[in-house]
Amino acid sequence: MISGLTVSERQSALLILIVMAFVGLAMAGVGRGDLLGVHGGIVLMISVALSFAVIGHYYDPEPPAERLAEYYDDPTRVGIVLAMIWAVVAMAVGVWVAALLAWPDMTWDVGWLSFGRLRPVHTSGVIFGFGGNALIATSFHVLQRTSRARLPDQISPWFVLIGYNLFCVIAATGYLMGLTQSKEYAEPEWYADLWLVIVWVTYFVLYLRTLQRRQEPHIYVANWYYMAFILVVAVLHIVNNLAVPVSLGHAKSYSLFSGVQDAMTQWWYGHNAVAFFLTAGFLGMMYYYLPKRAGRPIFSYRLSIISFWGITFMYMWAGSHHLHYTALPQWVQTLGMTFSIVLLVPSWASAGNALATLNGAWFKVRDDATLRFMMVAAVFYGLATFEGSFMAIRAVNSLSHYTDWTIGHVHGGALGWVAMITFGSFYALVPWMWRQERMYSPKLVEVHFWLALSGTIVYVFAMWNSGIIQGLMWRTYNENGTLAYSFIDSVVAMHPYYIARAFGGFLFLLGAIVCAYNIWMTIRLSKAKVVTEDGKTDVPVLEPATVLQAGE
Amino acid sequence: MPEAHRKLERNAIGFVLAIIGVSAIGGLVEIAPLFTIHETVETAKDMRVYTPLEVAGRNIYIREGCYACHSQMIRTLRDEVERYGPYSLAVESKYDHPMLWGSKRTGPDLARLGNKYSDAWHVAHLINPRHVVPQSVMPRYGWLMRNEVRIDDAGQHLAALRVVGVPYTDEMIANATKDAYGQANPDSDQAAGVTQRYGEATNVRTFDGEPGRLTEMDALVAYLQVLGHLTDAAYKQTSSAKE
Amino acid sequence: MDYHTIVGFSKSWGLFYLIGLAIVVVAYAFWPGNRKRFNRAKNSILDKDDRPRS
Repeated sequence: MISGLTVSERQSALLILIVMAFVGLAMAGVGRGDLLGVHGGIVLMISVALSFAVIGHYYDPEPPAERLAEYYDDPTRVGIVLAMIWAVVAMAVGVWVAALLAWPDMTWDVGWLSFGRLRPVHTSGVIFGFGGNALIATSFHVLQRTSRARLPDQISPWFVLIGYNLFCVIAATGYLMGLTQSKEYAEPEWYADLWLVIVWVTYFVLYLRTLQRRQEPHIYVANWYYMAFILVVAVLHIVNNLAVPVSLGHAKSYSLFSGVQDAMTQWWYGHNAVAFFLTAGFLGMMYYYLPKRAGRPIFSYRLSIISFWGITFMYMWAGSHHLHYTALPQWVQTLGMTFSIVLLVPSWASAGNALATLNGAWFKVRDDATLRFMMVAAVFYGLATFEGSFMAIRAVNSLSHYTDWTIGHVHGGALGWVAMITFGSFYALVPWMWRQERMYSPKLVEVHFWLALSGTIVYVFAMWNSGIIQGLMWRTYNENGTLAYSFIDSVVAMHPYYIARAFGGFLFLLGAIVCAYNIWMTIRLSKAKVVTEDGKTDVPVLEPATVLQAGE
Repeated sequence: MPEAHRKLERNAIGFVLAIIGVSAIGGLVEIAPLFTIHETVETAKDMRVYTPLEVAGRNIYIREGCYACHSQMIRTLRDEVERYGPYSLAVESKYDHPMLWGSKRTGPDLARLGNKYSDAWHVAHLINPRHVVPQSVMPRYGWLMRNEVRIDDAGQHLAALRVVGVPYTDEMIANATKDAYGQANPDSDQAAGVTQRYGEATNVRTFDGEPGRLTEMDALVAYLQVLGHLTDAAYKQTSSAKE
Repeated sequence: MDYHTIVGFSKSWGLFYLIGLAIVVVAYAFWPGNRKRFNRAKNSILDKDDRPRS
């Protein structure tokens, strides 16, 4: 991969890494005696290790000029592998913290093993580690194919991918040490946030540069979604993370906002992170891989345009439904509720569009687990958005808020929609990327499908039950007009559901492991083939694909 | 008009601006008014700021992720008010950078936790929740008792909080480390300044039961004991509503 | 610019904005002249796309 870079690109890579190493060193220096120093050390180590990797290939011959006639897919390949590593690790942590709620003494009185520190490792790990890497990897692929243009250079995609993963590593290790801003899904501290801004701007510029080089008159709708994802996440991230660090040598910072303004800003961020990270980005994935795999164009292109603007416009208003009956002014709550309900229209338009695309190809869905992953994802997308609009109604929210119902809703979306569309897209993409006719084992794809589906269903039903029971117990009165249950009664009632939830999560994790194995074996198959062909192993296969791609 | 959109699309930058425009408006319209308002946040004359030790305790609360399972926001619903106390007012989290309203109650709401239990109860509960509440699923936090809390930089913390809008005085910032120590050591020389600077209502006690050493337990319990008691506004409001 | 004016503006203007935007988007999507481009875009991803066009 490194020898695929030109000599001048290798030089730029080294330069960037040296600057990063110095930044790490500086952080370690000024952050002595603070946890910032530990992160400085991590940055330094990673930068030095990567520098050595580049130096090791520094004198390799220049890559052939014919590479420019090909798409640049190395970052996509690495992104897929990284996404799967994060998936397995973060889902395993998820199963573990789920078990902690049933058996709390498994913390053994060790700080970094406690629920509060592991939970963000799970949430950030799956959302940003797995989801983010999947989005970056697929966006590079989709962007080049739909634009019929190669990425403009070979450095910035690597900077985006590696820089983003560095952010994820800083985030996850920080949580274990107790570094968090406490803002949900925006926990990393100020220096990690600043770094992400640099990475994200590079990502955005790279996207624009490639679009400007496109050979198609029209920007395909999948790119609209990816662009909205990149842009809006940048805006959300910058605003919500505005903070003043205690000093340059402290990891700790204090949010610029407080109280009610902070709550509104945080949930404007939180809800739109769901909208533009977990929805728009993955819709981009769906609008490319689903038609491609089904071999049929999207049912209605117009509908996809209308739902795009609908989602882009309306989601931004909906965040305040996280704050019903709180100290937030009522008109903001009402506005949030109204838009959350109207939001169902573009959401169902997208889900319906996906399902209608499959109409007439149901035999393919029956036979092809990959396509079935995508179909089930669209169904769960429809269900989760319906549930979301429903839960945004004040009266419903008074019951559901603060309970496990919310957790069930989130996982219906995260497992059923986000993870399923990603797995489906990966199963389509991996054989294309590693020039294989199909995955190593279609049987294992089938196994994964049923594990993922049953895991999701067990999980979601457990949380629906526990959430509704919890909500009802909290508000039940006895004949004397006093509250019937103490809080701990409701905790006790949750125990069986917490076990069921951990089991559902475990099934889902097993599926992800099966997927990782299957992808790994597919990669090995391709490696074996390349070795027999020309004896080179780490050079990207650049000859035109002779293998027919699915959907052709 | 379609011609315009076609151009918009041809030029990716125009498209970018359109996305920003369309998406930013929802946030602007909802959030911007909240910053102009004085009505969103009621005034409470008696509202006091967190002491340096309480700030340190709050940071431990954040560090351990307590907010993931405990809310600090009592909604305006009858059962919540009866279970936890008067519903939360915006003013009560006015100095909370960031707010810790929370989104999930795996454990109960803590907005009015202060003064509900003794210090000794909190210490025992944090060391092993199941000693006090046998069915609890809360993790144990034994290390809070073992770790000394860092207070040498307390002044810097207050100064940073002042930058974002908490009205700490120069005197509070200059004496922050001393006050942090004094609040948990009532017999020490440093104790007197605490009530003088932060008000007579400030808790000055040996929170963890061990005088001398200033542990993370001291800080966290000091914070928990002040929850819901930075101002009386909420209690007054409910009693006047009842009349 | 007091709180109530801004809130009043937010409440009323948001609705007009929503309707206006909806009309523009629907008009764009259904404009007869756009039919060809959309059909092309819709089908283009299914073409053989194993290398960039130069």
